[in-house]
Amino acid sequence: MAQETTVAAAPTPAPTPAAQRRRRRLRRPGQTAAPVLFISVAVVLFVVFFLGPGALGLYYSFTDYTGVGDPEFTGLSNYERLFGDEQFYSSIGRTVLYTVLAVPAHYVVALGISLLLVSAATRFRTAARVLFFLPWLISPIVTGVIWRWMFGENFGLVNYVITVLNLPRQQWETNGDLALAVVILASTWSGTAFTMLLFIAALRNIPKSYLEAAQVDGASAAQRFFRITLPLLRPTSFMVILLGTLGAMKEFAMVQALNGGGPGTENMFIVQYIYQTGFERAQIGYASAVSMVLMVILIVIAVVQMRFDRREDLS
Amino acid sequence: MTTPRPAFRGVNPGLTLLLVVIAALFAFPMLWFLLSSFKPGSELFSLPLSLFPETWTTSGYVTAWTRFDFWRYFANTGIVALVTTALTVLVSAMTGYAFAKYKAWWLQAFFICILVTTMLPTEVIMPSTFAVIRDLGLYNTLAGIIVPSILTATGVFMFRQYFRTVPDELLEAARIDGVGEIRVFFQIMLPIAKPIAIVLGIFSFQWRWNDYIWPLIVLNDPNKYTLQIALRSIVGADNIDWSVLLSASVISLVPMVILFVVFQRQIMSADINSGLKD
Repeated sequence: MAQETTVAAAPTPAPTPAAQRRRRRLRRPGQTAAPVLFISVAVVLFVVFFLGPGALGLYYSFTDYTGVGDPEFTGLSNYERLFGDEQFYSSIGRTVLYTVLAVPAHYVVALGISLLLVSAATRFRTAARVLFFLPWLISPIVTGVIWRWMFGENFGLVNYVITVLNLPRQQWETNGDLALAVVILASTWSGTAFTMLLFIAALRNIPKSYLEAAQVDGASAAQRFFRITLPLLRPTSFMVILLGTLGAMKEFAMVQALNGGGPGTENMFIVQYIYQTGFERAQIGYASAVSMVLMVILIVIAVVQMRFDRREDLS
Repeated sequence: MTTPRPAFRGVNPGLTLLLVVIAALFAFPMLWFLLSSFKPGSELFSLPLSLFPETWTTSGYVTAWTRFDFWRYFANTGIVALVTTALTVLVSAMTGYAFAKYKAWWLQAFFICILVTTMLPTEVIMPSTFAVIRDLGLYNTLAGIIVPSILTATGVFMFRQYFRTVPDELLEAARIDGVGEIRVFFQIMLPIAKPIAIVLGIFSFQWRWNDYIWPLIVLNDPNKYTLQIALRSIVGADNIDWSVLLSASVISLVPMVILFVVFQRQIMSADINSGLKD
């Protein structure tokens, strides 16, 4: 009851809004209490599992907490250590490289497939759509297993086919760059399904008349795509790229099963590094410092991408 | 040709071929993986490799099933996925409904908070999230995986978007009839939103069935392992038993395949764009 009255008193910042609305609000105080109730569970979960860990992580990052005993304040020493840590730079660099390569790959593959699937000029579309969607059912761990099985250096099918063709077998596991290529391939394969659903929905919303009119005016297929389809897909593209970037920056599970970040630690991405320092070595303070740096990077990415999106809106 | 080509009719064999080739490339890893799981261990690595097993066997499955407590892993994963999904749908519906049908500055502020969670996935702060889970006494319990996963921005957005399309007049009429706000939600609005609840339910079940990072961090007792963690313990071994690993992986996919077959229509036609767009 107390909660209801305080909250009911708080809003209505301006005294001027129509008296009618005020009368309605006075008549039905439940209209303020109800939304409070509706969002209460979400608020609690948000505070406990998002805000709380965020603040706690910031605090831990200034301590030497190991998971047991009391954290002792150590100032900036975790950050000092971090910025002198080669593995940290290597993990960040590898994660960024992966993101820069994988996000465009996802985008192009998913959009290309979606275009084929909505084109009236292709057959077998329904069956193909189901096929492309199947990887969505497969967990990241099993995806890793499937591609590890394909690209095993000594036993995999890919190297077997390569030797049958009298070509030199490739070091899919011991060459860091090739191992990264396999990771990109696997994540593109598994990520296409969901992105494809987004693109198909968006492509279906493009009025056919636009494309037909352009064709009548003599626009080539390429012109129609770049001048009509692509600009109209911009909101979806923005979302696909933003979600893809965030997803790539936190890639973890699939790589765990595919090559464990190998060879060695060459392809260890940043979340794996956080996991390793925080949980395998129990340096929660240090891992929290890495988390905070990653948070800042993600905030910068999100802000830059949203700024970019808005600027295009104006033009 | 002087006459314009038929604009959107007719089949283009080149494009169709391209589609078929890409589809085959997508399908092949799954096919190879599935067929390999029916090969006896001796055949897995014997050259020349062949697509189909020379002798079909389910020995890998039998070994996997007897060496690992799959019933338990299925039960654990199923409990987690079902309970989380039910709670996710309910919490998302309530929150999305509040965002769609009520106006207040604190609702807008909380909406921005939810938006922020999509930008900053909690995986990146897992050390401190782990500490929170532990201090709540949820370490090494299935509840420790369920509770932190309930709130998803996607679910909230899906319901918000959906309820915004429901006319306000419906709400007004119910109010005039003297129906309480909470009853309006549970007896009128929630039943209307059934299609979106089904779509979110399917998605949520898939997310939770395939979840890896929270079970990895929260669970310690092998009796509480979920399927993904059990698979990881096979693939993480120094000497991978591929015969068992392939079969165990296939087994873990069965419920998802059943889900897909049952709900294929809802999944493929889901207009997820509308929920995620804003």
